[in-house]
Amino acid sequence: MQPAAAPRTPGNAVPPTDAQRRALERTWSDPPGWVGWLAAVNHKAIGKRFIVTAFGFFVAGGVLAALMRLQLAKPENKLIGPDLYNQLFTMHGTTMMFLFAVPVMQAMAVYLVPLMIGSRSVAFPRMNAYAYWVFLFGGLMLYIAFLLNIGPDAGWFAYVPLAGPDYSPGKRMDFWAQMITFTETSGLLEAVIVVATVFKLRAPGMTLNRIPLFVWGMLVTAFMVMFAMPSVMLASTALITDRLVGTHFYNPAEGGDALLWQHLFWFFGHPEVYFIFLPGLGFMSSIIPTFARRPIFGYTAMVLALIATAFLAFGLWVHHMFATNLPELGKSFFTAASMMIAIPSAVQIFCWIATLWTGKLNFKTPLLFVLAFFFILVLGGMTGLMLASVPLDLQVHDTYFVVAHLHYVLIGGAVFPLFGAIYYWYPKITGRLMSERLGRWNFWLFFIGFNVAFFPMHWLGLHGMPRRVYTYSAEMGWGTMNAIASLGALLIAISVLLFIVNVWRSRRHGEPAGADPWGAGTLEWSMPSPPPACNFEAIPIVHGRDPLWEPQHDPKAVAGLAVDSREVLLTTVLDAKPDNRESFPNPTIWPFVGAIATTVLFVGSIFTPWAVVWGSVPVAIALTAWFWPRPTDTSAHLAREQQP
Amino acid sequence: MSLFGDGTQSAAMRRRQDARARVRVEGEALDVADLPSFGFSHRSLMWWGTVGLMAIEGTAFALAIFAYFYLRSHANRWPMSTPPPALIWGIVNTVVLLVSMWPNHMAKRAAEKLDRGGVQMWLSACLLFSFVFLVFRWFEFEALNVRWDTDAYGSLVWMLMGLHTFHLITDTWDTTVLDVLFFTGPIEGKRYVDVSENALYWYFVVLSWLPIYAVVYWAPRG
Repeated sequence: MQPAAAPRTPGNAVPPTDAQRRALERTWSDPPGWVGWLAAVNHKAIGKRFIVTAFGFFVAGGVLAALMRLQLAKPENKLIGPDLYNQLFTMHGTTMMFLFAVPVMQAMAVYLVPLMIGSRSVAFPRMNAYAYWVFLFGGLMLYIAFLLNIGPDAGWFAYVPLAGPDYSPGKRMDFWAQMITFTETSGLLEAVIVVATVFKLRAPGMTLNRIPLFVWGMLVTAFMVMFAMPSVMLASTALITDRLVGTHFYNPAEGGDALLWQHLFWFFGHPEVYFIFLPGLGFMSSIIPTFARRPIFGYTAMVLALIATAFLAFGLWVHHMFATNLPELGKSFFTAASMMIAIPSAVQIFCWIATLWTGKLNFKTPLLFVLAFFFILVLGGMTGLMLASVPLDLQVHDTYFVVAHLHYVLIGGAVFPLFGAIYYWYPKITGRLMSERLGRWNFWLFFIGFNVAFFPMHWLGLHGMPRRVYTYSAEMGWGTMNAIASLGALLIAISVLLFIVNVWRSRRHGEPAGADPWGAGTLEWSMPSPPPACNFEAIPIVHGRDPLWEPQHDPKAVAGLAVDSREVLLTTVLDAKPDNRESFPNPTIWPFVGAIATTVLFVGSIFTPWAVVWGSVPVAIALTAWFWPRPTDTSAHLAREQQP
Repeated sequence: MSLFGDGTQSAAMRRRQDARARVRVEGEALDVADLPSFGFSHRSLMWWGTVGLMAIEGTAFALAIFAYFYLRSHANRWPMSTPPPALIWGIVNTVVLLVSMWPNHMAKRAAEKLDRGGVQMWLSACLLFSFVFLVFRWFEFEALNVRWDTDAYGSLVWMLMGLHTFHLITDTWDTTVLDVLFFTGPIEGKRYVDVSENALYWYFVVLSWLPIYAVVYWAPRG
């Protein structure tokens, strides 16, 4: 052990001096230039890119949906053939589930969680950058393949034997399987980051029962991700080895089993719905108190409901498999579990209603999106209860009724709150408010368009229209309803276009927001907008659940953290008592290089299994270079070192 | 009530609290300059990161074992067309892996005492074990008596063995990098935490082998 240099360089004062403020800004900023851009590790830079990228995939997936609606608008349409149509619906589902809905929630967490818990960074900032790049490259790989007419075409849940080597020769499904490897690598790393951040990087005094509910939602989601995502990675790895090196996991002729795929996929796939939904609930619980101008009703019940939902979510996967030959008794269990999920959901809905009921409502765009949630999600929840019963499920299995249900649940439960969340936090991220007028147009077009597009699908499903057909004959009588649905899709497209215009224009022309434009109570509103590089010039000390709404006490802030190196305060898991100071790493290009090397390995392995061997050499080199400490950084840390 | 003591607390209470937490309250400031700059076990982020990865990988192992028994429950014969794996190298390697926990434990202890020489010595000892168990793992693969493309049983055996071997290789590489770093420097306090959490991961890799060993070698004989 080298002795620590004495005396240690002094930390910040409370309040910090101007020189300390400047030093903090310098220390926590990412380097300039395009190399600096690739080397960025600040959670806000990565978070913004992550959000924008995920929305980019949302728009791409939306364009695919619009093409499908165009094709289905009238019977026997010749616009798109069956082969392209198969790719379209597979790409649409895959994009929305794997490249948009789950990552965008984690992206919001990457940006917001440190601000909400009083930290200067996420845990493992370099890994965070790596997770972003891996996600980006995985998504790009899938879209490049699609543009080269090697887009996957066996549906977003890629059932075998259709997705297996016999019925899907060629490379299409290999790209799908590797897309899973990319996105789940990224998602799993982000889950670990969120757990470590929430447990160890909270401001002093933010005990577990004072964490903002959005952070609770992301924490519970992160735990679910850690136990559910390995399942789909295992499943897709088995699929790709079946396809490429002749294993027999899903090949009944050699002792494999097609249902194994369904079990493994839905053991992940059902919890996945809740990876998307729980963060949506977190947005609700952030927006509602602010616009009702009172603290949330029933905080503890809300937290327990989140945790209960997470546990129940692992007991639902078989309800996707009611049409298989599983034992009937087993199906009854899954029916019961599926219905039970209504209980914690209802607890939360009643708590929100109580909050709204007793508050003084401030009708701004974020609140409109949140109120729409109640209407749409409750409808989706009702059809969910219907689908949970085996006889009804068998009747409408694989029809448009299921398509209607899942869009009501996912768009109502997650996308509407997400749009509300963007309107809500946009001023924090950019320093300017989005236009209210455009916001209202955006909202009403979306709300009306959504219902016009998806409500008729219930009817279509009940009248027997199967999903995933590229066309239908006129005598089926489905033409009118399909035309209406396509009209709704057009309205949604216009509304999303208005949203993009609003986001783009407001960056320069929006009204300046100030620190706290909505009069909210949580910590992210205590700093200027956009936040300084270090987030908090002095780490705040938290004395309640809504720190900005409660009277200030001494001590107010943390003194003694370094201003000239990236030092953060770690606190204890339950009580958030100060525990130790840790020095975080500086920006570096190696996570980016590591992600490139990982991409070479993953894509290479589609073409030769040996890529797993030679491809791991550059990955190992990049990851080692990323870890290897720089002498200058180490001596800066040693200057602040204090042994336990 | 404030967590950190305000004027109303007795001086003795405050001293006790502050001695424990090594923080000082001065007016509106809470001074943390005297806190340690690293901590072991659950006090460190590295521990939480490692535990998170262990949860993920443990789940993957458990699901692979589930898949094994799921397909076995559908089979008339198990193994389906081949003899079960020969026992000898599996037994020998299990012993090697279990014994490797000893130098690993010593490396962890040396790290927690901030003993650079001890860390160098015991990490090097761990690497000797790594070399031995990777060679023996090769022999294990040779003695499986089945290929991954023979039938579904073979695929599962190779999946279990492949998953675990992947962990042996990555842990060996992690340990190599740390060992070299402890010889060359630069070293600061938190590198000892890295060694300690790397040792935790080593325990995980060894202990997760036991159920996999039982499944690969004994389930076909049961």
